[in-house]
Amino acid sequence: MKTLLQLSAVTKSFGAVRALKGVSFDLHAGEVHALLGENGAGKSTLIKVITGAHQLDGGSIEINGERVARLTPASAHQLGIACIYQQPALFPDLTVAENIGLRLEPMSALRKVNWVTRRQRAKELLKRIGAEILPDAEVRSLSMPEQQLVEIACALGAGARIVIMDEPTASLTHKEQHLLFAVVKDLRASGVGVVYISHRLEEIFQLADRVTVLRDGQSVGTNKVSEINESGMIKLMVGREVSTIYPPSESETGNVVLSLRKLGCASCGVKNISLDVRAGEIVGMAGLVGAGRTELARVLFGIMPADSGEILLNGQLITISTPKEAVAHGIAYVPEDRRRHGVILEMPIAHNMTMAIHDRVFPGAWLRCGAEKQIALDLIRDLAVKAYGPEAPGGSLSGGNQQKVSLARWLATKPKLLILDEPTQGVDVGAKSEIHKIIRRLAKEGLAVLMISSDLPEVLGMSDRIAVMRGGTITAMLPAKTDAHEVMAVALGQTENGAAK
Amino acid sequence: MKKHFREFSVAAALAFVLLGLAIFTPAFFQPQPLLSLLTREAPTLLVACGMAFVIISRQIDISVGSQFAVCSVCVGLLAAKGWSLPLVFIASVSMGAIMGAFNGCLVAGLRLPSIVVTLATMVTWREALRWQRQGEFVNLPDGLQWLGLSQVMGQWTLILAALVLLALLALATKHLSAGRFVYAVGTDAEAARLAGIRPQLTTFSVFVFMGALVGLAAMMNVVQSPQVDPKSGSGLELKVIAAAVVGGVAVSGGRGKLWGVFFGLLLLACISPALTHLHIEAYWEKAIQGAIILLAVVADGLRTRKQRN
Repeated sequence: MKTLLQLSAVTKSFGAVRALKGVSFDLHAGEVHALLGENGAGKSTLIKVITGAHQLDGGSIEINGERVARLTPASAHQLGIACIYQQPALFPDLTVAENIGLRLEPMSALRKVNWVTRRQRAKELLKRIGAEILPDAEVRSLSMPEQQLVEIACALGAGARIVIMDEPTASLTHKEQHLLFAVVKDLRASGVGVVYISHRLEEIFQLADRVTVLRDGQSVGTNKVSEINESGMIKLMVGREVSTIYPPSESETGNVVLSLRKLGCASCGVKNISLDVRAGEIVGMAGLVGAGRTELARVLFGIMPADSGEILLNGQLITISTPKEAVAHGIAYVPEDRRRHGVILEMPIAHNMTMAIHDRVFPGAWLRCGAEKQIALDLIRDLAVKAYGPEAPGGSLSGGNQQKVSLARWLATKPKLLILDEPTQGVDVGAKSEIHKIIRRLAKEGLAVLMISSDLPEVLGMSDRIAVMRGGTITAMLPAKTDAHEVMAVALGQTENGAAK
Repeated sequence: MKKHFREFSVAAALAFVLLGLAIFTPAFFQPQPLLSLLTREAPTLLVACGMAFVIISRQIDISVGSQFAVCSVCVGLLAAKGWSLPLVFIASVSMGAIMGAFNGCLVAGLRLPSIVVTLATMVTWREALRWQRQGEFVNLPDGLQWLGLSQVMGQWTLILAALVLLALLALATKHLSAGRFVYAVGTDAEAARLAGIRPQLTTFSVFVFMGALVGLAAMMNVVQSPQVDPKSGSGLELKVIAAAVVGGVAVSGGRGKLWGVFFGLLLLACISPALTHLHIEAYWEKAIQGAIILLAVVADGLRTRKQRN
């Protein structure tokens, strides 16, 4: 089998941090080679070395058997390397054909654009990957997976032989995933080598031929996927055995904290939601992306206020029309996109943690720095946040620790109801299980928890009850020990077997 | 030290300039001209503090110069009508706050870009004033100049008032929730909203506060002369934005300290007299100020680039 890409003993440092400590990696024609590792293991750095965005400090790169002395983004492009990022890097205000044209046509400023061929080529490329996208559609109007398909079309059009996909399914629904997988398999069949990065192990089993695990900037093993199992991979990633991934439920459920009656919000597509969440209970929200789970959370937190139905908190009928009111009622919302909304990256984590409790802890609006520091120190210790101190800026922390800071901000408000939206997305395995333990403990302490997650094992492992959403409403309430297939079937709307409420 | 590096470097630059002047033209340090210089800059300092808050909240207000002129003329007219000093004072601050609230409504309420809104109000206030006064100066009644004190006493009062206010504002930014909210909103308004802060209210308040400070500054400026020039305050917006930027306030919002702004303003202000003393033609003043602003922006740019890599 022909080797397309060969990295030997690649090293790369940023200041004192050694991101890659001699990684070797190879990619054959016609294979999907998965790259796996916790956050900070060096995956992104490795990709950036391959795409020419970073220059390597030591080691060598061979492409198609020839050693490349200095790889730049432009030369990588010429050598047939393409990268598809989780967030497609397209121009939202231009059409699909214009975006493809910008990537593939020569880059001279005074060239005459042939619109007929430009559109024709876009059409052909999209057809080749089976995408039903109009070349004249504005990219802004496309969904995330459609945008990824446009990226893939660009890669194909550029004659890419090495395609890198960085967590391509992170924001895709189940159906869209299948479409994407089919395209990846087609690419493989046509002799393209695919480097596939994902946090979801089951995808790797479905798709990949080989898997390389990175840990602390080193490659800890390349295996054929057929010769390794899930626990083996996790063991390689974390370097230790993860025995029980999910902490067992120990809490006793108390009174109904939150009760929703036929709640709806026309503008965000949520309708007819009836749900009870009790103190000490974790209710998992399963469903596909776009089923309305995040929208429901946003309604409950007053970001998009409800326009029909009732919300009862501890038996009291309340209205929530702004986040501030939600906070005052004792509702906490840890949002999905922690880098953008959960943590203010430039601010010290102490400031982040006290952001929502100014009214309560600092009466008369007077901030006492000592008290603030103490609150932060307590939370840092309580949640085992790894940071050099309360004054460390949020951006200096790893993903898992940022998520803990985001959580800490809301625990500081001493909420009655905690809404978690994708609490462990993009978080490495070690931090993930720590966050799970924290959530469990909070439930045990009597908090009502509503947990939205697209990670099905997480929903199954953590929930006391599972609410499945589809088309903006709850289609089934399932008990804790439901199996994954049944949950998925309800989420897809295929069967009516679920104990429909 | 590392956290305040930017502010310290401005202070160091100022110290360096003053040291240079002390060596080459000790005449710069005659008390009377120096006192006049500081008195002139005292109102500007207040406007610069307000502008710092506006920029930290990731907005801009270029109408402050026009607001300043409107407030100044108001002070003059009301004083000429025989209003007492405290009443004139309250009227000036309220006038500024109302104009600030107008900007704030448009920016925060309708979510319009502040540069466009304040450009419009800048032109509107300025032209309305020109139409109303036809360029005519307002004569102030006796007893208003230097607040009815002797000149030296009046000068010291103004300088001390400005410094006390600066200290209070600096303390407030650190120790009031409102101050924290301004930084939070300027860094990431959506994240702040999700933490239960009301970003629109914060933005509105910042504009109102800006206006109130302009009203106060106008008052402090008017009492320095026997007449009110209806064209006063022209170019003030550029001066205070420059002071804020040189003092380390990030135009991208969320970062900056008032004491940095203080040193930034002094640095820019001492250039003109320094040139006079060094017998360099005054034409160079603007060029040198421009160079300092560029230097500050380039230094910030290089620093953020370094942090990113």
